[in-house]
Amino acid sequence: MDDCRYAIEVENLTKIYGKGGSTVIALSGASIQVKPGELVAILGPSGSGKTTLLTSIGLINEPTHGRVVIDGTVVADEGWLPGIDLKRLRREKLGFIFQAHNLIPFLTARENVMIALEINQLSRGEAKARATELLGVLNLGHRMDNYPSSLSGGEAQRVAIARALANKPKVILADEPTAALDTENGKNVMILLKKLALENHSAILVVTHDHRMVDGFDRIFHVNDGHVNTES
Amino acid sequence: MNLAIRDIRYHRGRFILTSIGLGLLLGVVISMGGIYRGLFADALAILNSTKADIWVVQQNTNGPFAESSRIPEDITYRIRSVPGVSEASPLSFQTIQIDKGAKPFRFFLIGYDLNGFGGPPEIISGRGIGQKHYEMVVAASMGMAIGEKIHLGLHDYTVVGITGKVVSSGGDPVAYVTLADAQDIQFKKDNDAIRNDRERIGANLDALQSLSPGQAKYLKQNMSAITESTHTVNTIVARLAPGANLPEVQARINRWNHFRPLSVEEQTKILTKGMIEKARMQLGLFRAILLVISAVIIALIIYTSTLDKIKVIATLKLIGSQNRVIVGMILQQSLLMGIIAYGIGYGLILLTYEKFPRRIVLEDVDLQVLFIIVIIICTISSFVGIRKALKVEPAEALGG
Repeated sequence: MDDCRYAIEVENLTKIYGKGGSTVIALSGASIQVKPGELVAILGPSGSGKTTLLTSIGLINEPTHGRVVIDGTVVADEGWLPGIDLKRLRREKLGFIFQAHNLIPFLTARENVMIALEINQLSRGEAKARATELLGVLNLGHRMDNYPSSLSGGEAQRVAIARALANKPKVILADEPTAALDTENGKNVMILLKKLALENHSAILVVTHDHRMVDGFDRIFHVNDGHVNTES
Repeated sequence: MNLAIRDIRYHRGRFILTSIGLGLLLGVVISMGGIYRGLFADALAILNSTKADIWVVQQNTNGPFAESSRIPEDITYRIRSVPGVSEASPLSFQTIQIDKGAKPFRFFLIGYDLNGFGGPPEIISGRGIGQKHYEMVVAASMGMAIGEKIHLGLHDYTVVGITGKVVSSGGDPVAYVTLADAQDIQFKKDNDAIRNDRERIGANLDALQSLSPGQAKYLKQNMSAITESTHTVNTIVARLAPGANLPEVQARINRWNHFRPLSVEEQTKILTKGMIEKARMQLGLFRAILLVISAVIIALIIYTSTLDKIKVIATLKLIGSQNRVIVGMILQQSLLMGIIAYGIGYGLILLTYEKFPRRIVLEDVDLQVLFIIVIIICTISSFVGIRKALKVEPAEALGG
């Protein structure tokens, strides 16, 4: 699948919540494509449908209509494809970065990275080595055995990035990754994401309404009332 | 990676405190079981230590442990002569409460024939009773020292020996004296009472117009001897000769019409079914209630602990974790809590059971059954947390 042209392909995606007369159209005919190594943003006001788009691509929100292809694998075509293992696909192809880092509070920084690897069937030793390496790369070598409660916001978010990268996913989905950070830490995270997108050849899709961080994205998608518009 | 252990390690203070609380509760459950076994052991202590095959008691009674039973002492000789009986010995029982210091002091006094059996089962210090009068052997739990004296009836009795843990069916410690002393303590009247009785009998006889003065005088003398006799016992215990047939021996004694020969099995049934059945049911009910309370507490703890981890569970699901990882975390925590709490409860009772006022008997089988029940409770209780966890949507990991 490495030779596929797009890491993310969304065609004519529609998501309707509710049934009968009380339906809400969250997304209407959205189409986006993201290439490997690309860092793209989805911007839009609250309730515009950007999180619905992210969760549909993240395989946790079944689209009503349309098609979703992740790293060349068709996952949804008028609903999830029958028999598709969404958990396995999320483990192997996707990495998630959250607004509030979502580190597991009772695991150390290293264990938080290791858990993603062990879930993906890596041995304890391999997981430990890979987690140590990743945290080293992200300048967290001295904080590996610290619990999230003793990490700064920027450090915690870098651990979350390390966890998202652990399984070398083709797609990284970030939900407001800078919202809980100050400007300097937020910019550092964006620089890091840009660097990782290029180095790992991963497509990184960032949902944000933080206009401070729009510099540096390869492309920006604007979502408004469920409609997606592209801006170069 | 074991998430249950990691969570416990991180929240160890909370986990330890919860386990201690639960452990205390399980300790009470264990002690209740021990008290029940103790009641059983206490109820049968005298029966077992006497090592008799037959207990001959007053007809139409259930014997001295259940109700009043009085039979003449000399029946011992008749019982000895029954074919199949190798030995028989009279026993006298009475509960005594005296004031020792400022506190009431209660014990169960057994009078036995020095030439028979039914005396102290063992002597752990001092010696057995050697003289016919005024010596006693007491159970260690009476807290008396050798040489100490105690006033009973009309005389002082000296402690010459200490026996082990023998208690009555009511849990009172047992003291032993000779049969003659026990009869004196139980039946012998003081001089004023004797004089009063003699006057009363004399007055009654004088009132009988049909008696001549000589007959009345003769009767007065003999009636007094009869009414002042203390040769009454509560039971006569007998041992069978090897090969003797118990029902046959019982049938022979039954033919006399005045006595009831109870086998050990019948006596055990009277003691256990009749006397401690209600206590047993009460304790059983308490245990069941406490186990239900434990189950509710464990379920509540696991449920609230799962609620605390909703974001963690959602994150694990979002990054592709299998359900077994999440189920394992909740189930293992529940089981660990139960096992540690059980250990704390067991340790607590092990350290304190000898200090309980009543006997606690810890049977391996009870402890094993309770352990299995705790494991089942923990497993079932964890279902409420697991059910909640499985309903968590991965999307809940998103947002602030």
